[in-house]
Amino acid sequence: MKKLPLLFLLLILVQTVKGQDDLLNELEKQGPTEGDYTFATFKGSHIINGQSVETRRKGELEFIFSHRFGLINEGAYKLWGLDESVTRLGLEYGLTDRLGFGIGRTSVDKTFDGYVRYKALRQKDKGAPVTVTAMGTVTYKTLPNEDDDPVLASELKAEDRLAYVAQLMIARKFTTKLSLQLNPIFVHRNTVDQDVENNDDLALGFAGRYKITRSIALSAEYTLRLNAKENQPPDYVRYDAVGFGIDIETGGHVFQLIFTNTLGMFERYTVTETYHNFFDGDIHFGFNISRSFQIAGKK
Amino acid sequence: MKKYFFWILFLLVAFNISAQKFVLENSVITFFSEATIENITAENKKTGSMLNAQTGDIAFSVPTREFQFEKKLMQEHFNEKYLESEKFPKSTFAGKMVGFSNTVKGIQQVKASGKLTIHGVTTSMEISGTAEVQSDKIILKSKFIVKLADYNIKIPQLMWQNIAEQVEVTVDFTYKPQ
Repeated sequence: MKKLPLLFLLLILVQTVKGQDDLLNELEKQGPTEGDYTFATFKGSHIINGQSVETRRKGELEFIFSHRFGLINEGAYKLWGLDESVTRLGLEYGLTDRLGFGIGRTSVDKTFDGYVRYKALRQKDKGAPVTVTAMGTVTYKTLPNEDDDPVLASELKAEDRLAYVAQLMIARKFTTKLSLQLNPIFVHRNTVDQDVENNDDLALGFAGRYKITRSIALSAEYTLRLNAKENQPPDYVRYDAVGFGIDIETGGHVFQLIFTNTLGMFERYTVTETYHNFFDGDIHFGFNISRSFQIAGKK
Repeated sequence: MKKYFFWILFLLVAFNISAQKFVLENSVITFFSEATIENITAENKKTGSMLNAQTGDIAFSVPTREFQFEKKLMQEHFNEKYLESEKFPKSTFAGKMVGFSNTVKGIQQVKASGKLTIHGVTTSMEISGTAEVQSDKIILKSKFIVKLADYNIKIPQLMWQNIAEQVEVTVDFTYKPQ
């Protein structure tokens, strides 16, 4: 009986000593907060030629300037393709952290594109294993106009120049360095030469990036066409688009240096009109440069 | 009889100890960094904290990803490159306030000494501030300097904005009884 008060004192002592660390442990048990969403699965809105799951953040405007040069294997006379180039100028804006839209214009077929991108699911530490972004695009080619080809230009109606793209980007950031993406793409062209081309094309894009330093990453992309026509006449032979790139990030800029077999900087071209074979060495050098501006929606 | 007395006393004391625990009602942690081109501030309202008003023990845990920046890209860089918040999701402090009394009403100067962990690096830290005990609330305020180098946080060389080598952290916590 005499020992009991001693035990009691000891209990109080233990209570106080373990105090502060105990408090911290108790806090940690309260688990993750809502902010545990994965970020920076990819650096840019584009991985190489294709799109990534990334949307612009709210109030952020991105200017994207893309270039594809001629074929490297054209040799020194054409400065390994650098004599020729095609360009895409694009703008993308984030209405919210998940919903954005963009416009662009590519010199290939003098094509305009407009799209809406929505991040439907966000990867979370304890939650969704992947990020899923849905995107719908309309492209309109203005080539040829009346000066280029008066006959054809007068025959083509507006709807003949339109194509539509619907795609899903499904990506997972596996580690801080490695991210992989699956990208089913559906392309519908209103008007094609049906003997040799499909109105509707399906493709599955595979892409990944691996960070080698804090600001530099390597990326790769393969667009597998699922219903390509076989035995095409020579002018209509098409290939899967392949690309390899290096991403360099400096402050508000992302520089992507690219080696690819397509001139496509929009899906209609990448999926259905890539006419060089990467594995024959027909490779274009190119780059995407993006610059981000926070123009609205502070905090 | 003596036995009963002991148990009653024990229960009273145990109850008393738990009743002295306070949790956060409102919290704001901001940091401010003076830079050449523009000053950088970020605000975090998702801190968790507990305070034992009797002993002065205090702990807080700050989820790094909840720091809100004006520029969202900067926020991404902060998380991805500098605080590496996927590896180190939280900054924590566990310590004891010296000079704190839960019976003194009004503003009192206090000093909390303990361990501050940022970016996975733990250092001993003494944080000065004020405490105000109200009838059912305790308000803690403090301002202190964190040197990035102490926590192994790299300062970028290839940046548009140079990040200052130290940042000023302001803490504003309002506690209620648990």
